Amino acid sequence: MTIQVNLKVRKGDFDLHAEFQVPGTGVTAVFGRSGCGKSTLLRVIAGLEEPLQGGLVSVNGVTWCAQDHSVPVHQRRVGYVFQEPGLFPHLSVQGNLEFALKRRRPGEGAADLDEVVPLLGLEHLLLRRPATLSGGEKQRVAIGRALLSAPALLLMDEPLAALDARSKDEILPFIDRLCSAARMPVLYVSHSTDEVARLADQLIFMEQGRVLAHGPLAEVLARVDSPIARSDEAFSVLHCGIAELEGPCHLSILRTASGDSIYVPRLPLGEQRTLIRLRINARDVSLCSQRPVGSSILNILRARVTQVSDADGKGQQLVQLRLADSEEILLARISEYSCRQLEITEEMEIFCQIKAVALLS
Amino acid sequence: MLFENDITAFWITLQLALATVVVLLIVGTPLAWWLATTRFRFKALVEAAVALPLVLPPTVIGFYLLIAMGPDGPLGQLMTAVGLEPLAFTFTGLVIGSVFYSLPFVVQPLQSTFSSMGKGPLEVAATLGASPVDRFFSVVLPLSRSGYLTAAVLGFAHTLGEFGVVLMIGGNIPGQTQVLSIAIYDHVESLEYANAHWLAGTLLVFSFLLLLLVYGLNKRFDVVKV
Amino acid sequence: MTGNAQGEELLIAVAANFSSTLERIAQQFEDQTGHGVTLVNGATGRHYAQIVNGAPYDLFFAADAEATRLLEEEGRAVPGTRVVYAQGRLALWSRQAGFIDGEGQILREGEFRRLAIANPRLAPYGEAAVDVLNALGLFERVEDRLVRGENIAQTYQFADSGNAELAFVAYSQILEAGQDGSYWLVPTNLHRPLLQEAVLLKDSQAVREFLAFVMQDEAQTLIGNSGYVGAVSAALSDQPVINHAVRE
Repeated sequence: MTIQVNLKVRKGDFDLHAEFQVPGTGVTAVFGRSGCGKSTLLRVIAGLEEPLQGGLVSVNGVTWCAQDHSVPVHQRRVGYVFQEPGLFPHLSVQGNLEFALKRRRPGEGAADLDEVVPLLGLEHLLLRRPATLSGGEKQRVAIGRALLSAPALLLMDEPLAALDARSKDEILPFIDRLCSAARMPVLYVSHSTDEVARLADQLIFMEQGRVLAHGPLAEVLARVDSPIARSDEAFSVLHCGIAELEGPCHLSILRTASGDSIYVPRLPLGEQRTLIRLRINARDVSLCSQRPVGSSILNILRARVTQVSDADGKGQQLVQLRLADSEEILLARISEYSCRQLEITEEMEIFCQIKAVALLS
Repeated sequence: MLFENDITAFWITLQLALATVVVLLIVGTPLAWWLATTRFRFKALVEAAVALPLVLPPTVIGFYLLIAMGPDGPLGQLMTAVGLEPLAFTFTGLVIGSVFYSLPFVVQPLQSTFSSMGKGPLEVAATLGASPVDRFFSVVLPLSRSGYLTAAVLGFAHTLGEFGVVLMIGGNIPGQTQVLSIAIYDHVESLEYANAHWLAGTLLVFSFLLLLLVYGLNKRFDVVKV
Repeated sequence: MTGNAQGEELLIAVAANFSSTLERIAQQFEDQTGHGVTLVNGATGRHYAQIVNGAPYDLFFAADAEATRLLEEEGRAVPGTRVVYAQGRLALWSRQAGFIDGEGQILREGEFRRLAIANPRLAPYGEAAVDVLNALGLFERVEDRLVRGENIAQTYQFADSGNAELAFVAYSQILEAGQDGSYWLVPTNLHRPLLQEAVLLKDSQAVREFLAFVMQDEAQTLIGNSGYVGAVSAALSDQPVINHAVRE
């Protein structure tokens, strides 16, 4: 069960060469700056654009494009959510959803109206015309429509990019639910680290038409040479279990794989999930050679230094850490001066103070 | 007072306009689509050729058609080769002439509708599993409704008023090629001004009602549009 | 058109079929008199309508005797100045050499798809063509093969392009085009005379001079060579000819 891609595209001066293989389940984020070729990659995978001779696209054993043949778009069983919702203005919301339903091939376990409509909160919109919907509502309908086409692969091209901050906040939980519930793999293009941290299981990192790195999210994020890691936005993603939902002082207590506690604002009662995803920014992590005492900072994790590297050539160092007794990786961004003071070297045992965590999902 | 010939001319004119519009919508759709989407380097050549009837006197079109339909002309030779009757002085010949004459009035509105629609809706439809034919009927047609209406009416109305081409290739045969504008011309030329008034007035009122209907409908369509 | 300081400028409406002949005559007139002549070429019916509506022509060479008669009756022409300046000859023409015999037998044998005539309601040559078909007793037989040109020029074009195998045209057209082909010069006793009349619309020395110039022998010979029966020969024939030639 894999998605295999090996494509070359030439558009004027721009060259795209994308080669990767990611698992055929879960959410794979395609991350990179505007103009790095993310959207083109998606369009070629969908068949909306033709790659140069010899491209390969294969999704869970079905070849969409190979040396000698290319399956036309409408036969690829691809779901596509564009930046612009692209609803058909002559059809009602229901008509738009049925457009997809009528044309899909019977597939096992494909989502139906009574599943998709509540998932995306479309109940009260069904009879409306697209022109009367807000941007967020339109995009939800577009996502629902793509799901109803029973795709073998769902492509989402920055579905939140055209929305204002409020609509983004409104729609992100829907996408989140959708991605965890999705029975098909999702390729999610974004240039927002928030969306990536929150949604992705796998990460493909692109720059100037090339795939720089791809693999499990935490692994790609942790690479000190990756452009995200070297940027101001460097962050890691941790997965924790729930130790105590109703902790003291409106807190919940989570447990890392290394057995340390992490205190977070109390989770809603009736929380169903067993695994909570946290985003920890590298600049919110400070390091201590000994367990700090008398600190107001609650979250202190034990770790071992695995790699130290220069972050920006301007006095910032990026330290890669492995949480004690686990495979979870954390990045810390500290000053070169502190690094020398603490005499930080590889294999050194160390304590990480975490100033802030963001609950993702 | 309308002569029997005049009423016949009226029907012939309606039939001619209707047949011409039907042919033009069928022929014009792929042509307009191609013009709206192609990146062909010499597209301007084709566009200019399509627009020619806008600037050419209809008699020029008629004159060349007459020559083309003659025994030495390409159309004439084609008809001989496939064993069909020559086209000049026939209703079919008039339809062919009118198709050339009214071509830009149908192709241009369609082309501009298709261009403004962009390829977005089609790409969406393709990813939702719609085949090319399906996409045309379920997306392009409904989204181009007002463009089609404009094209049909302009083509129809322009053919109603056609004179120069029919003059050249019609032969003025009652019941076959004698259309309204020719009948009016004959009345005026033979100083039968009362008959000319009747016919011209009928054509005027009819054309006005037709356009009124269209603009009224178009307004209603606009409400439905985005 | 040029003229000397004393010369007048004449504006003359002329029937389309006669315009090229009249142009040659006018050229000679200008050379000899120093008056200037401008010809306005067009269909007789349209000229009539324009004159009724005040077109500033000095002289009108019509393609028939009807428009001039009406103008005189309506008081728009100078009374008593109508004159037959030429009589047209009808010919059955085909662009194919040898297609038409000298007797017009082709009409009886019927080996053709289309016969073009000028619209008999509009053009004297069309009326004459119908006369010929009636006189030969052939009208019913060829009626459904008739196509009508709006004027004699268009009728010629139908046959010239080959879309009609046969056409009743003006003999002057065949001579002017100088083309190959075959024709039957129709005897004038088979149709009403194709009298072409001129009439003065404004009275002046120069206009009268011009009309007289057209009626004199030299010009009449030219007219005869152009495929018409000149007014003089027409007057000699048994056709009723109204001839009030204006001479000084």
